[in-house]
Amino acid sequence: MKRHLRSFIAVALLAAAAGPWSAALAQKTLKFIPQADLRILDPITTTAYITRNHGYMVYDTLFAMDEKFVVQPQMVDKYEMSKDGLTYTFTLRPGLKFHDGAPVRSADCIASVERWAKRDALGQKLAEATESWKAVDDKTFTLKLKAPFPLTLEALAKPSSNVPFIMPERIAKTDAFKNIDDPTGSGPFKMVKSEWVPGNKVVYVKNTDYVPRKEAPSWASGGKVVKVDRVEWIYIPDSATAAAAMNAGEADIWEQMPPDLIPLLSRNKDVVVKNIDPLGSMGILRFNFLFPPFNNEKMRQALLYAVDQNDYVIGIAGDKKNGKPCYSYFTCGTPLSSEVGADPLKGKRNFEKAKQLVKESGYKGEKVVIIDATDQPIVHSQSLLTLENLKKIGVNAEIQAGDWGTLITRRAVKEPPEKGGWNIFHTWLVGPDMVNPAVDFPVRANGKGAWFGWPDDAKTEELREAWFHAKTPAESKAAADAVQKHAFEFVPFVPTGQFILPTAYRSNISGLIIAPINLLWNVEKR
Amino acid sequence: MAVVAFVVFLLLYLTPGDPAAILAGDAATSQDIAKIREALGLNEPFHVRFGEWVWRLLHGDLGISIFTRLPVTALIGQRIGPTFSLTVCTLVFSVLVAVPLGVIAAARAGRWIDRAVMGFSVAGFSLPVFVLAYILIYLFSIELEWLPVQGYRPMSEGVWEWARHLVLPTLALGTVYIALIARMTRAAMLDVLAQDYVRTAQAKGLAPNAVLIGHALKNAAVPIVTVIGIGIGLLIGGAIVTETVFALPGVGRLTVDAILRRDYPVIQGVVLMFSAAYVLVNLAVDLSYMFFDPRVRY
Repeated sequence: MKRHLRSFIAVALLAAAAGPWSAALAQKTLKFIPQADLRILDPITTTAYITRNHGYMVYDTLFAMDEKFVVQPQMVDKYEMSKDGLTYTFTLRPGLKFHDGAPVRSADCIASVERWAKRDALGQKLAEATESWKAVDDKTFTLKLKAPFPLTLEALAKPSSNVPFIMPERIAKTDAFKNIDDPTGSGPFKMVKSEWVPGNKVVYVKNTDYVPRKEAPSWASGGKVVKVDRVEWIYIPDSATAAAAMNAGEADIWEQMPPDLIPLLSRNKDVVVKNIDPLGSMGILRFNFLFPPFNNEKMRQALLYAVDQNDYVIGIAGDKKNGKPCYSYFTCGTPLSSEVGADPLKGKRNFEKAKQLVKESGYKGEKVVIIDATDQPIVHSQSLLTLENLKKIGVNAEIQAGDWGTLITRRAVKEPPEKGGWNIFHTWLVGPDMVNPAVDFPVRANGKGAWFGWPDDAKTEELREAWFHAKTPAESKAAADAVQKHAFEFVPFVPTGQFILPTAYRSNISGLIIAPINLLWNVEKR
Repeated sequence: MAVVAFVVFLLLYLTPGDPAAILAGDAATSQDIAKIREALGLNEPFHVRFGEWVWRLLHGDLGISIFTRLPVTALIGQRIGPTFSLTVCTLVFSVLVAVPLGVIAAARAGRWIDRAVMGFSVAGFSLPVFVLAYILIYLFSIELEWLPVQGYRPMSEGVWEWARHLVLPTLALGTVYIALIARMTRAAMLDVLAQDYVRTAQAKGLAPNAVLIGHALKNAAVPIVTVIGIGIGLLIGGAIVTETVFALPGVGRLTVDAILRRDYPVIQGVVLMFSAAYVLVNLAVDLSYMFFDPRVRY
């Protein structure tokens, strides 16, 4: 009996030891630590970047922007625009299939774009200009416009939230305000939903039916060639543990690491720490325009003279190497960025001028409430710096701290600060979300329809609208400059600098695409 | 349980935070959020929402997560394995280490071994779980490369893998629990060892170990078991930190994540589950008194 028991234990131990190894040998798995936990599968109902990144894994797009900001066809094989600029005809590439095996049809594309256009700001502008979408056949469809809309292709190639991903019609017919829970797409990876553990792990496998384009990858355009069999997103909430997992080789890529851990990982010769995001993110100091004192333009202008972007960059990114001042309302390093009108924000800080503007505004010492999220270091560091700046210019300010969930709930409150409202909050946006007046939503000033803070300024809207009608790159640049020049007078928000959170990856990883979004096709693991 | 269900629902209703705002993302407008609130039914009055929740609960349905659109029972089912494994391993490990330590300390009261055990006990209480966890990761995962830094493997992937991933979390979480049980065991044993019947047993010439284990420990068991039962609450609290540091996908982390994002159905589900577990543990502890002390009758 004892002998049998010993044999059984030996066999069981061998099987237990061999099982995981044999599975590991059979396939190449990329282990990726994402910036956040994926909890929403619908890239249309939310603008969360983690859901957008998930979207790029499982969905494809009709068009995509390349690294030179040029729109390239992606799912579309060929397209043409009528001479009057009112009709676009699109033909899909052959061989496109959804993960359930169904072919991608014109009806799927139309339903997906229509759903996206109900939520996305640029999509809404396209929808306003649209007369109809029509399927000619399963592979060809047309877009008929009421008036020429020069940004049509740019809208369909929008790289960041919300991205017009293509879904099966049956899913895309869902109400645009209700979450979808079926991740069927036609992208280069398939999500294994049965292995999804929210808060811990998301598993994708290579979509073997995917037909990549022939061109080299450039941002989200070009050939999406998958070079691993399986990708596991492992969400590790604790940064120190994530760093230890990278050091120990338990993870291959860490999407965004906190700057204070760079020295720790840089000591390991098997780990590379690099900035692979060419645009980074932009810090934002947002005002509430509904209540004093920031319903007064001079008070908002005062902050332009007090904010030192160098301090904010160091506060957020820990080191000047991971960021730089960006005196523009449009992401620095992109075609429309400039320093037009930015003088108040540049150079040596002028607190005397700021104090003078505060005085001229008629500020009566009202308490200014900065709502803060201490669980978000990017928000918290900015809040502390703004508090100091406000105190320096004689403003009676205080921080009311909570978590991120509380902040984004409270910022929607339109009551006065003493009744649960607020005066200032901070956040950040990734570079692609601020490249032009169409996507740069904090710059808008359409009152009740505007982003939190609800600025109302007809001139801003007028200048923004003029930009939509620019016909040439030069006209576009001039119109964007006009938007920015006025923005530095009206001050819808204060840009607090441009920063990059570096990516860490093991030295046996290659092929990471330099892009403002972490894209996992083309990535090879030796 | 009914009281717990009502209080939890009420607290969540009164707590600031809006899942619709979190769901919509940073770029959403107030109008977007209002439409999502409507679609989620969050504008309904308290009594309607509570009534619907209770009705579903009575049918065994804990609802669906606002964010993931997965059933709460499925989410808890995914997470119960790691938490159960961690809790049971910690409990077994702690009892196996702490009770002998407490007995030895009591038997050698005032000597160096007693002082060492009590010193360890104080250190165990004083050292936060996360600090100990980082030290263990540094020593055993980074320097010695013996054990994994993070993660969990279910037993179905192999007993060895399962055990390897639980060693460090168990050590980190178990230390404070060992400290608690060892201290209580020592105190209970000292009390019993001073009783007349122990002296009688010793006078009758029974072997010291037989007196210690057969007479003293058995009679000291009731307070020790009570502390172990109470400590399970401590263990659940500690598991949240341990699961976060070691990236274990347990119910503790599910709870914290749900609270941070105001995922009401998940919070209600896990709190109900924890309270049910606590009630069951206390029931088991109460019933165990009859085994350790035949005078106890219910």
